Amino acid sequence: MTFPSRDDLIDFVYEEARMIDDGRFDEWLDLWTEDGYYWMPLDYKQEDPHLVTSLLYEDEFLRKLRVERLKGERTFSQKPKSRCHHVLSRPFVDEMDRDNGLFVTHTPLHYVETRLDEQFMLAANARHELVLVDDELKIRLKRVDLLNSDAAFGNIQLFV
Amino acid sequence: MGRYSGNRSAVEALIRPTQVHRDVYIDDEVFDLEMKHLFANTWVFVGHDSQVPNKGDYFATEIGRQPVLMARHSNGEVYVMHNRCPHKGTKIVIDREGNTGKFFRCPYHAWSFKTDGCLLAIPLKKGYKDTGLEESEAAKGLAPVGAVKNYRGFIFARLNAEGPGFEEFFGDSLSSIDNMVDRSPEGRLEVAGPPLRYMHQCNWKMLVENQTDTCHPMVAHESSAGTAVKLWESLEKPEGTKKPMAMEVIAPFMSPYEFFEEMGIRTWPNGHGHTGVHHSIHSDYSAIPGYFEQMVEAHGEERAKEILGENRHNTVYFPNIMIKGPIQQLRIFIPLAANKTLVESYIYRLVGAPDMLLQRTAMYNRLINAPTSVVGHDDLEMYERAQEGLHSDGLEWVNVQRLYVEGEDMDETAVENGTTERQMRNQFHAWKKYMTMTMETAQ
Ligand code: FES
Ligand SMILES: [Fe+2]
Repeated sequence: MTFPSRDDLIDFVYEEARMIDDGRFDEWLDLWTEDGYYWMPLDYKQEDPHLVTSLLYEDEFLRKLRVERLKGERTFSQKPKSRCHHVLSRPFVDEMDRDNGLFVTHTPLHYVETRLDEQFMLAANARHELVLVDDELKIRLKRVDLLNSDAAFGNIQLFV
Repeated sequence: MGRYSGNRSAVEALIRPTQVHRDVYIDDEVFDLEMKHLFANTWVFVGHDSQVPNKGDYFATEIGRQPVLMARHSNGEVYVMHNRCPHKGTKIVIDREGNTGKFFRCPYHAWSFKTDGCLLAIPLKKGYKDTGLEESEAAKGLAPVGAVKNYRGFIFARLNAEGPGFEEFFGDSLSSIDNMVDRSPEGRLEVAGPPLRYMHQCNWKMLVENQTDTCHPMVAHESSAGTAVKLWESLEKPEGTKKPMAMEVIAPFMSPYEFFEEMGIRTWPNGHGHTGVHHSIHSDYSAIPGYFEQMVEAHGEERAKEILGENRHNTVYFPNIMIKGPIQQLRIFIPLAANKTLVESYIYRLVGAPDMLLQRTAMYNRLINAPTSVVGHDDLEMYERAQEGLHSDGLEWVNVQRLYVEGEDMDETAVENGTTERQMRNQFHAWKKYMTMTMETAQ
């Protein structure tokens, strides 16, 4: 079994952000494990995704739903479509647990989303828990903590 | 006298039996009058008493545009007062919530107040000797609101000292709060975490109307609920596969018109009303193991069935909240400007019930009402495009005529076809009443 290098992990995180910015959402869906979750807590330092509200806690079905919806003819909030833009700082590799095949990165980032005359920016930290599935890195958990998760937002329509 | 201020008949003329003038949504003067009259004459939701469980706990919010705070006093009661120092006006509480101990201390010059608002102490008090401070309104402490009621944990306040009584204002509509609380085997709710906060560039009343707008889900939410249904079918799971919880939550939005027609709408006097008289989008959720048994234990079988058999969809408490009894959610539509509304969505734990219920509630909140929600996105898009569209001079009136019956009486409780716009008309009837209640009659 070949283990990913630090560069492999860092490249993976950058490539994921690029897929989103390029709108290659079907490819993006393939980056996840079947039981993977995309989590955006509502509370800074929130520990529990289940018994308090989160902004997102999406399993495979809900991630697919999001991507399918973006393609729809009657997806009114996406006429015209939003675009987004990530600027990542170099991911920290927090864990390289070869015994358990678990690799964890921490990435400070800025995210910009735009549609019509509106544009907004979010600052966030992303934590990726990556595992190997058939020798390929997959996301088991992506946790995005918005710096201002307790602020009131308008629509956030794409993926931070 | 402006176009509307000091002009009672102009305000009254904005509401017709089947139409409302666009100025109720877009005019700044009308908005100012709403803050001055409507939000002062009505009973407005402040918070839940579980947000301030211990003595000295406080929670700061707004009633209309008025900054207020609620606090748990040493006698165990919850007090609501203006969040404004009687000295020079500084907000006494700057953060959203916390515990202040035995007293509030103003951060500017350290005047202090008991947690019921009474003035406690002033530093260097001798400076006021013989100045007559005792006679001033400043010496009374934090100004209380006109009236406060804790109804089964839900704190409501009326800003004006005079006005309709709590029971008189809400009447039978309180049955929806009752049902929500009765669903706890211990008859108690507890707030679960912070609320979602979602900013809308539209008038607050568009959101309130949308709560009983049963002709939009299958249209505006086809992109989310319709796609979910198709996606689930495309997965071709074997017959009888249990639908995931997310599907149970989102798929009913795609129900056909007949479903919404048959669910029924009930209106109560003073602008309150609810969808889902006979059934609702919450009726077919799967049973949570152990819960029914707990309810039977607590209430007896007959009563337990009665409580759980009630599946009201959205109950609007005029002017600006909506609750969902079956999933213990409350949404408040906080008016910030004619074209700006902050929506906060709270969820509550049924004390003593299995966690799985709260898990479904938390899921509902984030799937349907978050700024990141695929359902919420399309609602917000509709509101904001309506806020823009209303500036068209092509037409000045908004139509609320569906299933209108000549001479309908909003002071009567009524149950009608679930697609009626009667509840919207009911809200505007109440709007006119509470807007003009404290306006001078024209000479
Ligand atoms: S403003 Fe509060 S003590 Fe002076
Ligand atoms: Fe909606």
